Amino acid sequence: MHGKALPYLLLMPATLFLCIFFLYPFALVAFEAVTRDGAFTLDNFRTMAGSWKFPVTIRNTLLLAAIVVPIQLTMALLMASVVSRLETGRSAALYIFAIPLGISDLAAGLIWLAIFDQSGFLNTLLSSLGVVDRPVMFLGYQSKLTIFIAVALAEIWRATAIMMVILVAGMGLIPKEYYEAAEVFGASPWQRFVRVTLPLLRPSLQTAIILRVILAFEVFAVVAALGGTNLPVLMGETYNWQFTLQDRNVAAASALLILAISIGFTLFFLRVLRVPKEAWI
Amino acid sequence: MMKALKILAGAALALSVAAGGAQAQQVLFWSTQARPVEETQKMRDEVLKGFEGAVDYQVAEDGPWLTRLQAELQAGSGTIGLLGGLHGDFSTVGASLVDLSAVNVGGVKVNEAYKKLGLLGTGEQKYMPWMQATYLMAANKQALQYLPAGTDLNTITYDQLIEWSKNIAEKTGSPKFGFPAGPKGLKHRFFEGFLYPSYTGSMVTKFRSAQAETAWNKFKELWQYTNPNSTNYAFMQEPLLSGEVWVAFDHVARLADAFNKKPDEFVAFPAPAGPAGRGFMPVVAGVAIPKTSPDPEKAKALVAYMLKPETQIATLKATNFFPVVDVKLPDDMPASVKAFGPAIATMTGAPDALPALLPMGLGDLGGKFNQVYTDSFERIVLGGEDVHGVLEQQAAALKAIIDQAKAPCWAPDKPSSGACPVE
Repeated sequence: MHGKALPYLLLMPATLFLCIFFLYPFALVAFEAVTRDGAFTLDNFRTMAGSWKFPVTIRNTLLLAAIVVPIQLTMALLMASVVSRLETGRSAALYIFAIPLGISDLAAGLIWLAIFDQSGFLNTLLSSLGVVDRPVMFLGYQSKLTIFIAVALAEIWRATAIMMVILVAGMGLIPKEYYEAAEVFGASPWQRFVRVTLPLLRPSLQTAIILRVILAFEVFAVVAALGGTNLPVLMGETYNWQFTLQDRNVAAASALLILAISIGFTLFFLRVLRVPKEAWI
Repeated sequence: MMKALKILAGAALALSVAAGGAQAQQVLFWSTQARPVEETQKMRDEVLKGFEGAVDYQVAEDGPWLTRLQAELQAGSGTIGLLGGLHGDFSTVGASLVDLSAVNVGGVKVNEAYKKLGLLGTGEQKYMPWMQATYLMAANKQALQYLPAGTDLNTITYDQLIEWSKNIAEKTGSPKFGFPAGPKGLKHRFFEGFLYPSYTGSMVTKFRSAQAETAWNKFKELWQYTNPNSTNYAFMQEPLLSGEVWVAFDHVARLADAFNKKPDEFVAFPAPAGPAGRGFMPVVAGVAIPKTSPDPEKAKALVAYMLKPETQIATLKATNFFPVVDVKLPDDMPASVKAFGPAIATMTGAPDALPALLPMGLGDLGGKFNQVYTDSFERIVLGGEDVHGVLEQQAAALKAIIDQAKAPCWAPDKPSSGACPVE
């Protein structure tokens, strides 16, 4: 009796936590999104989609995710390969790579603001090198591209390490025998990476990509710090609807949209990178 | 095991009672004003310290301020003792505020016009005026040499401001007019209370008139000579101090630091005039007690304390908001106060003065109302969209908001019987 109940008892705290802090608020938000003054309506979604900023926010958010995530994936794979291969100093390298993980996203945004600002490090450097005679405005409303690049850089700097950590763990799970066999058959390092590492890394890749894509749709503080309202993104608009425009219902609708996009992409990656049961060790 | 649990529970209970006891002694002053951290600290150290019974002065941005207040009102019980906010902040929650007409302020004479505003259109004193401010122009003295011939700062017009900014930009090689167009800047107040009234004599009714189109085109002209960094500015005092900007428009509380740090470098002057007059926006902040206040009597005592002349002077020193009661200012006032006093007097007393009140009767639609003006700015000036087309669309949005709120017109628009019309 005791033995049978134990797993459920152990699951209880986490389940309760999820119900109270995730499912219940989610139900509230979902309810807010489809009602107004107590009556069922889809007006909130219409209002959200009818706003002149809406297409811009969708475009910016998708574009940011589409550019940032592949770069991060490549970098994380590279960093993880290097770290896995290190004989000595492996932990030191891991720690150093993981430093940005310890910094909040707003702080990360502010750090990059200090670099790109008109009186920031980059301008100081450029003018002391004599490249420019007056400070360049990198983050002005006219230079949307520079703002975009700055945000992408800050995001890459901040969040690549989380993917790397997952991939390092995944690489550690791949048995050495596969590599030895590949070497016996004369596979080059690149071939070993493509034929052995990548396929066997699929579960970790799946986790890493899903996590990063979801976070990419929730990008907020970095954009707020670097772009203000010059680069509107979905999450920023949600905040705007809630706090500036004081419209909880539309904010809830907007939050649900982000959730829907996240779920959509999660399902997509689960499908594309699925691991057949028999294939796994 | 049981014993340990009992001890733990006892300790937790004792702790919560102690914390509750400490809370009951303090009045939580929940405010949208004096938000910059230095001002908040000055409010605590210099203004509120003299009140018998401790005050916990806490600030929040407008959104979170209202969200917490509404949550407490909805719950029917709360911890907020006293509210501090602008007229517009209170108009949202008027029905949930305690009547303050019985508050004894001693012999202090409170500004009658502002007291009337505090009625929020009801028979009850929903809030007491607390302090007042407005917006002004400020200029670095280096900029004065480029003033167009025959310009008097005290009677400056928009055309002269544009020409002046053009002169500076051309002579110095970089645009030096500054405008608080950042996400936290008060740009919407400029359009609502300054640009629109000055050109159309209205804030709402003539939103899409030909005069409004002229106003936006004039502003686009000025924007050519505006520092492009303006879309990042929240407070103009910093770019003024750094020299990035030479001429700027902002709320007095957001200009004060420049005048206090370098009193000899800057001049303050009235907002410019347009064809319809010299539009400007007086700002009134008030204090109110929510019906869920844990100790209304103590909160009322705090209201009376806030209106005492010495508190008002301390508030002025801390926040650069001016008194709302009859009080003689001492000589040791900060440089900003000395500079702003005459400029405000000149502006409000000008023959073409056209005061425009903060949006009224909009309830929680105030944010959306402001957004109409901000959106127009972002689309017309930053996005380069067609003025006429944008105004047509934004006017429809404005009309929907006003109709939903059923808000009658407020100054400078002529009184209306129903919702203020957008012609």
